[in-house]
Amino acid sequence: MSVTLTIDDRQVTVPEGTTIWDAACQAGVEIPVLCHDPKLRPVGVCRMCAVEVEGARVMAAACVREAEDGMVVRTATEKVERCRGMLTELLLSEQPKQSPKEATTGDDKLFELARAYGVKVRLPQGNSRPQDDSSPAIAVDHQACILCDQCIRACNDIQNNDVIGRTGKGYTTRISFDLDNAMGKSTCVTCGECVAACPTGALINKEIEVPLRPREQLKTVPSVCPYCGVGCAIDYHVDEKENKVVFVDGRDNPGSGGRLCVKGRYGYDYTAHPHRLQTPLIRVDSAYPKGPLSAAVQSSTGEYEGKRKRKRKPGGIVDYDEVMPAFREATWDEALDFAAQRLREIKEQHGGGALAGFGSAKCTNEEAYLFQKLVRAGFGTNNVDHCTRLCHASSVVALLEMIGSGAVTTTFGDIKNADVALITGTNTTSNHPVAASFFKEAARAGTKLIVVDPIRTGIADYAWRFIQIRSSTDVTFYNAVMHVIIEEGLVDEAYVQKHTYDFDKVKESVKGYTPDVAAGICGVPAEAIREIALAYGRARAAVTYWGMGMSQHVYGTDNCRCIISLCLMTGNMGKHGAGLHPLRGQNNVQGASDAGLIPMVFNDYQSVADDAIRAKYEKHWGLELDPKPGLTMVEIITGALEGTVKGMYMVGENPFLSDPNTNKVRRALANLDFLVVQDIFLTETAEFADVILPSSSALEKLGTVTNTDRRVQVVRPVLTPPGEAREDWRVICDLSTRIGYPMPYEHPEEVFQEMIELGGAYKNLTYENLGLSGKLYPCDDPENSDGTVVMFGDGFPTENGKARFVPVQQSGPEELPDEEYPFVLITGRMLEHWHTGVMTRRSRTLDAIEPEAIVEMLGEDLQKLGVVEGDLVQVSSRRGSIRLKARETHRMQPGSIFIPFHFREAAANVLTSEKLDPDGKIPEFKFSAVKVERVVAGAPSERRAASGAVRRR
Amino acid sequence: MSKIQEHRVMLKYADDPEQATLAGYRHNGGYKALEKALESMTPDQVTEEVLASGLRGRGGAGFPTGRKWQFVPETDKPKYLAVNADESEPGTCKDRQIMELDPHQMLEGSLLCCYAIGAETAYIYIRGEYPHSIKATERAIEEAREAGLVGKNILGTDFSCDVWVHPGAGAYICGEETALLTSLEGNRGYPRIKPPFPAVEGLWRCPTIVNNVESLACVVHIINNGAEWFKGLGCEGSTGTRLFCVSGHIARPGVYELECGKFTLRELLEDFCGGTGTGRPIKGVMPGGSSFQVLTPDELDCTFDSDSVQKAGSSLGSGAIMVFDDSVSAVEVALNIAEFYSHESCGQCTPCREGSDWVRKLVARFCRGEAREGDIELLMDVTDRMDGTTICALAEALVWPVQSYVRKFRSEFEAGITRRAAEHEFGGFSKPVESVP
Ligand SMILES: Cc1cc2nc3c(=O)[nH]c(=O)nc-3n(C[C@H](O)[C@H](O)[C@H](O)COP(=O)(O)O)c2cc1C
Ligand code: SF4
Ligand code: SF4
Ligand code: SF4
Ligand code: FES
Repeated sequence: MSVTLTIDDRQVTVPEGTTIWDAACQAGVEIPVLCHDPKLRPVGVCRMCAVEVEGARVMAAACVREAEDGMVVRTATEKVERCRGMLTELLLSEQPKQSPKEATTGDDKLFELARAYGVKVRLPQGNSRPQDDSSPAIAVDHQACILCDQCIRACNDIQNNDVIGRTGKGYTTRISFDLDNAMGKSTCVTCGECVAACPTGALINKEIEVPLRPREQLKTVPSVCPYCGVGCAIDYHVDEKENKVVFVDGRDNPGSGGRLCVKGRYGYDYTAHPHRLQTPLIRVDSAYPKGPLSAAVQSSTGEYEGKRKRKRKPGGIVDYDEVMPAFREATWDEALDFAAQRLREIKEQHGGGALAGFGSAKCTNEEAYLFQKLVRAGFGTNNVDHCTRLCHASSVVALLEMIGSGAVTTTFGDIKNADVALITGTNTTSNHPVAASFFKEAARAGTKLIVVDPIRTGIADYAWRFIQIRSSTDVTFYNAVMHVIIEEGLVDEAYVQKHTYDFDKVKESVKGYTPDVAAGICGVPAEAIREIALAYGRARAAVTYWGMGMSQHVYGTDNCRCIISLCLMTGNMGKHGAGLHPLRGQNNVQGASDAGLIPMVFNDYQSVADDAIRAKYEKHWGLELDPKPGLTMVEIITGALEGTVKGMYMVGENPFLSDPNTNKVRRALANLDFLVVQDIFLTETAEFADVILPSSSALEKLGTVTNTDRRVQVVRPVLTPPGEAREDWRVICDLSTRIGYPMPYEHPEEVFQEMIELGGAYKNLTYENLGLSGKLYPCDDPENSDGTVVMFGDGFPTENGKARFVPVQQSGPEELPDEEYPFVLITGRMLEHWHTGVMTRRSRTLDAIEPEAIVEMLGEDLQKLGVVEGDLVQVSSRRGSIRLKARETHRMQPGSIFIPFHFREAAANVLTSEKLDPDGKIPEFKFSAVKVERVVAGAPSERRAASGAVRRR
Repeated sequence: MSKIQEHRVMLKYADDPEQATLAGYRHNGGYKALEKALESMTPDQVTEEVLASGLRGRGGAGFPTGRKWQFVPETDKPKYLAVNADESEPGTCKDRQIMELDPHQMLEGSLLCCYAIGAETAYIYIRGEYPHSIKATERAIEEAREAGLVGKNILGTDFSCDVWVHPGAGAYICGEETALLTSLEGNRGYPRIKPPFPAVEGLWRCPTIVNNVESLACVVHIINNGAEWFKGLGCEGSTGTRLFCVSGHIARPGVYELECGKFTLRELLEDFCGGTGTGRPIKGVMPGGSSFQVLTPDELDCTFDSDSVQKAGSSLGSGAIMVFDDSVSAVEVALNIAEFYSHESCGQCTPCREGSDWVRKLVARFCRGEAREGDIELLMDVTDRMDGTTICALAEALVWPVQSYVRKFRSEFEAGITRRAAEHEFGGFSKPVESVP
């Protein structure tokens, strides 16, 4: 149905339900707005858009009022103009003399209107509205606030954080954070969406490294966030002279929709940190034999006390003064020649198998491809791996084994089409915050979120059902869910018949897993298991998202097999709102895996052991290749410790903090004959290097990255690398050439096209057609399509085209709590920090929000230990111990503690075990037996008074 | 003795202490209307009857009640009645009489409305400062529930209806019908933009009728006695009897049930209510609560009914008649009004939130004798531009009276301008005003 109305004598026909404002836009009539933004739900509070409607006593807000047939609207009568003038004047009379927005990022809508209307303030000036400076990132000036509610809608409707509301009434009305707290003391997660929405100077970014300036005065570079796998699109606004980012905006894109989280929006200044490596470094002779150089690296290995004279307060990032004397500056030629020569020597003496490389999921697809090519062709070994091993290796193994593809079968945004979404083993609100915003949005629109997790994660707060299962009982739980689904006849027989095989095996294996049996093991009511099984089984479309809570176990692959079976038996595949989505961690972990940064496969998951495939590569690369799959990450470290791996090249990896059992890693690194570390900072790992090569940050190069959705996006150089630092792809090529395997590439896109030539996944894509939004691969028609959202509508890329069911039985974790080590330790990440903290701890804002290492546990557990929040505690496992501050949370279970692994001074991985999942070779980061002890003396009550309030979410 | 007589219909048994109980109410003929409707009338017939009676809403806007009920669309959605018992308009205290002295009357009227519109739930939103009304109403509902008059299958018929009391929390704005609904939903009491009107999209986006307590009480008598009987009372445009609350400088203040159209406003005030009682003449009358224009002594000869008072430039509004004598500064009254409305502005929309506070500040300047040349024009200009631009009518409830005070007592305002302060009777008259810049 459409309606025809007249706006300022122009007839316009619009669909029923269109607002007058939208109709006016269509008719080419401009109506000024202040509180309206097409992205937001209209609220009609500012009244700037009020227009006259013939026959009505009062004016109508054009942004809300729906057009009606025969309506006659006038938008520019004297009355309308007078009202606009009055509104502007009223609002302006409260404003600071200069708009804080115009002074910073520009575009203050109110001041623009005031100029357009030539408004002079005749009214008495007021100044009784306060300021709030409590947030490290955002300055709040209630004086400049026009109560347009855009921030409220941005926070609540877009990001779904539900922080901002209104308080007071009449003139004392103000926006308020939670129950009128200071912003910095509220549950605000500093995503900055409200700042982006605010049309005035009421919410502005604080200066981070260079004074804020309006957009027009800056260079804007569209690129992609360097942090998590969501891969949000960002516009970087750059001061070219300073070579620094001034501020950023979320960029609209079909994946992230312009949203960002605190890391993407405020965590860019690490790129300009004075610690950036700018010159190649070579270890000086006096620094041999190799060992840890900085106090924190020693202390975390328990060797701190008494060993060195120069003690410093533990905590914070690496102290360059401690480490730098062990190195001397060198030219690129010298450093590269030296590195190439030593690596070549090792290869000649001990064979390619004595060499290994760790690539990085922070680098581009092109760099990942080049790196594995260098290791395979230059080093002559398949010993190449990257951090995927530590995050989703088990997911990928299970996916490849069962459905023949390691990537997600649908996007995170597709949740909006799901009836039910199973969200398990993922702290999405912290680790994929923007994906979480879409989950919360879907929940609000009616999708039932089933959250299964031993931790009451942030997303659990939005769940239809939250199941806090006992750690490490996932297999039992999902087997029981499948048991019920089979019992209740909710299996999609037709789908199972047509698209899968070996279902009987699973049917058989889950027989014993009745809800009652599972209830006892998982610590959840049998009824809840049944209820969830019914909801999932009956859903028209159910989708599953999981994270490292599933994968990082010694039976991580089994966990994943379970949820894949569950998805297959209910036919939740190949349609919208259904499927499987392991939320990938790094911004390019999908791409790095696609590019072949995995010991068993070339790019596009082509097996190195397959003769035909290898022959193709041998032909293209012009030399013979090793048919033996290489060692995985932890195996390489073990090899180094045992002396079978002697030389290594590490790009952008920091295994010292990221790998399990730090003490073992330390000994292994020290044991290497030769280590080249290529990074942007002196990492803990670099302390063990012979040569350090300064490289480019994610903001300093051209290339492509692939997010968790399979969206391939172009990253563009925002800054130039500092000093002599070089783009990684150039360094890899140079080193390769010097090793004797020339890589004469001139441009990253040549590499991209070579990848496509050898493996088809990214077929049809070019930098040009990727454009600003990127494409979801596979993409058959890049000119007209955004790519493929839903995969496997018709069969799987397996030999027989069918998916395979793999039955699994519950096995136990490696190490169970006992009397001596009674707590279960779960490691993970915080919203504000990233992995080993190398980047985020050098970002002022992020560091200001979460400056120190903490362990989270329940109040009741704290109490039992006689510990109060803020106390120093010592956490020990059979492998080592660390000291850090206790924080109370309501999110853990009794007897479970959580430690983020970002902090070198209290490295969580000192405690974890290097035992591996037999299939995925992933370590058990999510379950270790530990003990917690109080370090400080004195009565808890005194200490409680001393420790300040701590942020809690 | 005045020629004016009270005509008690709604307050007929107000003096009977038993009337508040179910037994007392039934004894005096209570719930007969409900029985009649359920036994012998279709819902539509109830609505028709109410429409035919000419009943206009008693909450302030005076919208024909039957017409409103007819707006409820045919839909599968649940429908609701929200009884507006927030009675917060300054000077208004009539709904309270019904709730405290005769709560079953309101309840019966509510049930009749629910029957007519097909609602199975009614919420009675009672002003939080009325603890006695809340208690009395709750007691009445309990009694009625026990007697099968509220709940499932009322009086053994198919008609089921539950009734709940929801106490307000002290905000004037929650008497505005859409704010009342947002408040009922558990949100801040913010008015919503109309259209859609509540009858179409109200509580939880379902069709909802919002009616004043007194409007519903009238329904009982319309069903009992018929529309023709009701129309025979009062006059055209103001049918039936109506409760008026007379207060201020008046010899005999009180709540009176009167028929309109039979006498003039002056007769009401001077004869029936005995004049100011201060020995001084009337200076101004607010005939319908503080939200409407003030009438001066020379404007009191209009007939006392809605349409005539409207013609005289004001409104009978919520039935609160407030009188002040010539000892009172008009500027001060205007300030009082401005203070009230700026304080009660919900703060949602700009013209009202910002505008009402500036009006308050400006009027305060006059009050302190510190206004500047041009401030009168400024005041008129700002208020003019606020008119008709807001989400709800609260802003107009400020604009209309304030403008009328400026127009009708201009010299007093002029006297508030610094230079002329000393020259006028009320010049420089000032009471300390808190926190005015
Ligand atoms: C600011 C404002 C306050 C109001 N307060 C009340 C009130 O306290 N009681 C009331 O019955 N109506 C009040 N109203 C009127 C209601 O919005 C609505 O018109 C009335 O409840 C409808 O019932 P009726 O048709 O039975 O009169 C108010 C209106 C406005 C604009
Ligand atoms: S920064 Fe984000 S979470 Fe915080 S108030 Fe703004 S929108 Fe809400
Ligand atoms: S802070 Fe900004 S976005 Fe929020 S209400 Fe005020 S002016 Fe609008
Ligand atoms: S007119 Fe006043 S009371 Fe009504 S919605 Fe606007 S701000 Fe609130
Ligand atoms: S833009 Fe329509 S009311 Fe604000």
